[in-house]
Amino acid sequence: MLEDQSNVKAWFYLLPALILLGIFIFYPIVNAVFLVFVDNYNYQTGTYDGFTLLDNFRYVLSDNNFRMAMLNTMLITFVSVPLSVIIALLISVWLNAIKRMQGFFQTVFFLPYVTNAIAIGMAFAFMFNRRYGLINWFIGLFGIEPVNWVGMGASWGNAMIALIIYITWLTLAFKILVFLSGLQGIDKQYYEAARVDSASKSRVFLKITVPLLSPMIMYITVTSFIGAFKTYTEVIGMFGERLGPPGNDRAMITVVALVYRALDRSGVPGALSEAAAASLILFAITLVFTFINMQVSKKRVHY
Amino acid sequence: MEITLENLTKVFQSKKEEETVAVDNLDITIPSGKLFGLLGPSGCGKSTTLYMISGLLRPTTGKIWFGNEDVTPVPPEERGIGLVFQNYALYPHMTVRQNIMFPLENVKMDKQEGLEKAQEIADLVGIGHLMNRKPKQLSGGQQQRVAIARALVKSPRVLLLDEPLSNLDARLRLQTREEIKRIQRETGITTIFVTHDQEEAMSISDEIVVLREGVTQQVGVPQKVYDNPNNLFVAKFLGTPPINVFDGRVENGKLYIGDADIANYDAPDQEVTIGIRPEGFKIVERSSFKVDVDLVETIGRDTTLIIPHPNDETQSFRAIVDSEYGVQPGDKLKFNVKPSKIHVFNKETGELV
Ligand SMILES: Nc1ncnc2c1ncn2[C@@H]1O[C@H](COP(=O)(O)OP(=O)(O)O)[C@@H](O)[C@H]1O
Ligand SMILES: [Mg+2]
Repeated sequence: MLEDQSNVKAWFYLLPALILLGIFIFYPIVNAVFLVFVDNYNYQTGTYDGFTLLDNFRYVLSDNNFRMAMLNTMLITFVSVPLSVIIALLISVWLNAIKRMQGFFQTVFFLPYVTNAIAIGMAFAFMFNRRYGLINWFIGLFGIEPVNWVGMGASWGNAMIALIIYITWLTLAFKILVFLSGLQGIDKQYYEAARVDSASKSRVFLKITVPLLSPMIMYITVTSFIGAFKTYTEVIGMFGERLGPPGNDRAMITVVALVYRALDRSGVPGALSEAAAASLILFAITLVFTFINMQVSKKRVHY
Repeated sequence: MEITLENLTKVFQSKKEEETVAVDNLDITIPSGKLFGLLGPSGCGKSTTLYMISGLLRPTTGKIWFGNEDVTPVPPEERGIGLVFQNYALYPHMTVRQNIMFPLENVKMDKQEGLEKAQEIADLVGIGHLMNRKPKQLSGGQQQRVAIARALVKSPRVLLLDEPLSNLDARLRLQTREEIKRIQRETGITTIFVTHDQEEAMSISDEIVVLREGVTQQVGVPQKVYDNPNNLFVAKFLGTPPINVFDGRVENGKLYIGDADIANYDAPDQEVTIGIRPEGFKIVERSSFKVDVDLVETIGRDTTLIIPHPNDETQSFRAIVDSEYGVQPGDKLKFNVKPSKIHVFNKETGELV
């Protein structure tokens, strides 16, 4: 009796959140699934030419733009996520170890997090400028010829390197924040014990720091994978709506960018179904990787 | 290996320029192969001393000798010490075996040899059957043994234990302290044992030092320190139930509490503080030391009498007598005091008169 009552109460408290979730999350998802299975959906009239099981998927999978978007998205994800996790880990350990200027460096590394991705993207694009950019100046110190990273007609490869460096850097901030708070939660005595037991720095890092931080590392890895699969803003920030260097339009297109482009053409019959198919494929991939991550974490993470 | 602390001092400097002298000019020799107790109330600098010996803390001034070697500048990893932390600091993600193996892997010992060594030590401390467990799956006492095994496995020159029993329940504490004593005897390793529990220190140490606010009060064999305390602090700190303290005076070579004549005492006339151990009272027929018994607690052979304090009726003192006397509450008794159980201290300094 009592339980029933409190159950009713609990649902009642949840109601506002459920309504909002329903309107903005569940309904659009159901809608996306619906769109995928109809032919020539017309956004203006709401009409369509009957149902189809695979046509929209087939169309998207054979679309060169989609293939490009998929390749770019996967490349960005599988390079930038591990890279930024490892770099963030090293920076955090270093930050945690230094005594002077710790607050200063913490602020420096955290700045990207509170700054607009598009604004920084433009700044980065300038850093990669062929003639005036910091990067070319720097590699010039080693006698390397200036590289056309993001300028007129820049190659796909060069643009991708620049983009991945930018994304890696941009996503460091939050990771460092989480790792640092995790590190500060590790009992100093483990390190003292390791010191007395003559553990080398690398062994302390690999055998003590990483395992004790593994819940954080796991959390960051999972959320970063999900975030990276949805890469979009960073491309706009660096390359604008052209989605690539001038003269090499759409070279940096990502799946989410492709979806937004399809929405721009919502007047064209079937365009929304393409977008829905692309986003569902991305959703499926994200789901699979998250699942794999979780499985790995069961074996490797020490809670 | 003998350990010598020479004028060892540690001053902590806080951000606001405040200084804490945690350890003040310690001069102690810790005999080779013995179990040495570092005893004192919380905050008296025991852990600080231990960490300086381990090398995790640098002394502000003074030196530490391991035998003839001045180890003051030697980092902890090269000192050859085993350290057991107060809360054990076992690596939670490693099994017992991995925890014990860790120090061996650090010095790149051969895997097979390491495994055998780890098993051997684990058997010695009685956890050989728990090698595949994680620390979380062990009881406090078992974790503590793992910590000792991990400290011992690399055959250190010195074993340092920081309040190793304080996280255990009373029964386990008794058991484990015997165990530590046994392990120390069997390995013959010079061991320094930190505790704030005087009974613990007295029961297992070959020698103890009593510290107070970073300053040595007394060093010696536990029973000797108990029988001949240098000052009121040591007298009060050692013994359960604690020593009874009275205001008294020396007059014409006799010792008085109020009007009661306690003993003959050869010293100039003065006001003094008198300490009498609870077991120092004898019930006699004739004496000027008369008391009214308030309460009686009989535990086995001994009876503890709780008696109003002669200096202050609201307080009480304790006397332990043989239960054969059959003392009842309300009885009026006369006491003699055993001279060896009387300690007379200067009223101001607390030093022995
Ligand atoms: N890192 C530190 N910084 C400042 N003061 C400290 C530090 N460690 C210990 N102290 C102070 O030194 C004194 C002795 O501490 P400690 O050796 O831990 O005492 P014990 O182990 O005997 O309880 C205490 O007053 C304590 O507050
Ligand atoms: Mg302590």
